[in-house]
Amino acid sequence: MMTDLYQSQRAMRQMRQQAIQRGVVAILDVGSSKISCLVLRFDGSGRLSDDASVGSMAGQTGFRVIGAATTRSRGVQFGEITAMQETERAIRTALQAAQKMADIRVDHVIACFSGANPRSYGLDAEVELETQVVTEAEIGRVLNACEVPEYGAGREVLHAQPVNFALDNRSGLIDPRGQLGQTLSVDMHMLTVDSTAIRNLAHCIKRCDLELAGIANSGYVSGVSALVEDEQELGAACIDLGGGTTSVSIFLKKHMIFADCVRMGGDHVTGDISMGLGVPTANAERIKTFSGGVHATGADDREMIDIGGDTGDWEHDRRTVSRAELIGIMRPRVEEILEEVRVRLDAAGFDHLPSQQIVLTGGGSQIMGLDGLASRILGQRVRLGRPLRVHGLPQSATGPGFSSVVGLSLFAAHPQDEWWDFEVPVDRYPARSLRRAVKWFRDNW
Amino acid sequence: MQSLKRTLLPIRFRPHLPAGQDAEFGAAGDAEATGSAIRLEGLTRLKSGARKSDPAPSRLSYRMQRWMLTPGIRLGLRIGVPFCLVFALGSGFLASEKRRDALNAFVADVRASIQERPEFMVKLMAIDGAGSNLAADIREVVPIDFPVSSFDLDVEQIRQVITGLDPVRNASVRIRPGGILQVDVVERQPAVIWRTRGGLEMLDETGAHVDDLAARGDRSDLPLVAGEGADKHVEEALRLLATAKPLGDRMRGLVRIGERRWDVVLDRGQRILLPEQRPVQALERVLAVNEVQDLLERDVADIDMRLGARPTIRMTEAANAEWWQSNKTSGNGQ
Repeated sequence: MMTDLYQSQRAMRQMRQQAIQRGVVAILDVGSSKISCLVLRFDGSGRLSDDASVGSMAGQTGFRVIGAATTRSRGVQFGEITAMQETERAIRTALQAAQKMADIRVDHVIACFSGANPRSYGLDAEVELETQVVTEAEIGRVLNACEVPEYGAGREVLHAQPVNFALDNRSGLIDPRGQLGQTLSVDMHMLTVDSTAIRNLAHCIKRCDLELAGIANSGYVSGVSALVEDEQELGAACIDLGGGTTSVSIFLKKHMIFADCVRMGGDHVTGDISMGLGVPTANAERIKTFSGGVHATGADDREMIDIGGDTGDWEHDRRTVSRAELIGIMRPRVEEILEEVRVRLDAAGFDHLPSQQIVLTGGGSQIMGLDGLASRILGQRVRLGRPLRVHGLPQSATGPGFSSVVGLSLFAAHPQDEWWDFEVPVDRYPARSLRRAVKWFRDNW
Repeated sequence: MQSLKRTLLPIRFRPHLPAGQDAEFGAAGDAEATGSAIRLEGLTRLKSGARKSDPAPSRLSYRMQRWMLTPGIRLGLRIGVPFCLVFALGSGFLASEKRRDALNAFVADVRASIQERPEFMVKLMAIDGAGSNLAADIREVVPIDFPVSSFDLDVEQIRQVITGLDPVRNASVRIRPGGILQVDVVERQPAVIWRTRGGLEMLDETGAHVDDLAARGDRSDLPLVAGEGADKHVEEALRLLATAKPLGDRMRGLVRIGERRWDVVLDRGQRILLPEQRPVQALERVLAVNEVQDLLERDVADIDMRLGARPTIRMTEAANAEWWQSNKTSGNGQ
């Protein structure tokens, strides 16, 4: 099972390198309410300068967005694909439009999705160094010494990133290679998701004649793009309020240390409005977008909103509702979502972090007054986050709803080290056991 | 009541126009919503509406678009397909002998109609710088039936033919505006007359043949050379003749002896035998001696300068006899 994971993830890594070498890769965010696709061109520029100093764009300029398209998602619920055909068509729509804009054929796609019950595990291991110098092989060895918990059948490791290295008594090492010491220990964050979700997504992408060159959790990638550097460093939580799910990811020392997802999102708010007011979902969505909010004031009682309808009954179709009523419908659901997020954050021990910045992003974060409500529930330090600006990103894709797709393109250009990026030490291979058998024979006869 | 409510409405939705492929989607939805009048039509309408409301490209069109975005295919479509098409059509057309002939005839017709335009016709040949004889010769060796198209004239070839004529040193041939073939000739100027067994020839300073001569008297202004191989050393002969200018009328000519050296022939049968090397200097020595001692005025038959260290004189028979005579007298002991 371990080797299986290694192989599939390594195959994807190789595919990603191939795609970057070819220079064009598609970025696909499969969300519950929209599917967005970017086409990136890697031009090799924007690497760190020779003296390894960070330029004005912090090394994020290695690529350029040459195509972007967004389409309404179909067949995706709670961030998981439930109707393969529909989702495949939606992916095809987005990809075709993006390819048309980019005027280039794309063969590799890096995808992210939010659902599939992500579960975080903290792993650690400690080994005695053989040569007292930390080499890449030693890092591979300590990573492999990690005790993998029983995460259950039908689940798959999506991310496994070493987040901290400690050498003897010195902790907090980012890159211990070349340092001297006796014992090397590592803390690793492992994220598992339901394997069916991955398999469904891979199948959909394969049906579109594309190669899957990478896969990521959307909570993680939206944190990459919505959190600024010092927030990632000092500790922050990124809450991506999506359509069907709300992803939570906690960052510390520029590594994700926790990710989870609440299976509620903007669509549930819309559903509440639709049910409460008795209007079609499209109308409810529109009402939510244009006049939604979470803080009622006196003026809101007088502010009447057409809620529309298409029954043909004039009286029914001309109903109005005050904005205060609308807020009264929306607020409990938003509170519920945020409470749930709060539970997840508490479970992760977020209140032990040195800095407890909370960044709200995703399409749902555009609800008026959300930051005020969130600061009451989640803590004082709440801000609204928008994705990082990247080259060539069209204006229409700069809203908070696109933070995961932008983060995924950053992830594609500058991936973090994962478990499988290090070589497996030799004693994992069967060749080693054969050699041991030969040695045993030689010793005994 | 209703109208009052209406005035209180501060929020009006702008018509929300989705963009791109979603616009089609939205439009399809609207059509379904507003088209309540034709709702009774039943299933077929529903079906078509459902089809229209799906903005997704079909698998085929998706693949087609991806194909069209592939660089190789695009290159092939832009260059390969037109090339193949033109090639196939061309070879199909040329497959038939009749059509090929017709095409050739057509091309020839067009060529002829262009070449035979009056602007391109050459009507006469003008020869400058040649005497009448030479002009006649040139007209003989360049037989052109005027008028002729300038495309059919090979000017360089004509020039080579004309330059090949003996009396022509060089020539330039061009077609002048107005349809005139202009031939500019520089004739060779005869420098010496060469007497051979075959007769008299005029040579220019390079030794090239210019013309035959009927009688020596026709060009008495030109000096005379004789002997085999003299035409190859006309330049040296001319230098000798220039040196021999002081001899004036006494000069008869130069004779090439044995194809290696010159004799200067004077009247009264006198000869100056010059060496192979440095003949001009030898002649100058003879002239210097002549200047002070009137050597050539005396009864001398040959002056032999072939050995520079030992110039020799051969006297005539009569002078020899006289010399013997006087010697005998003095030998008698007077």
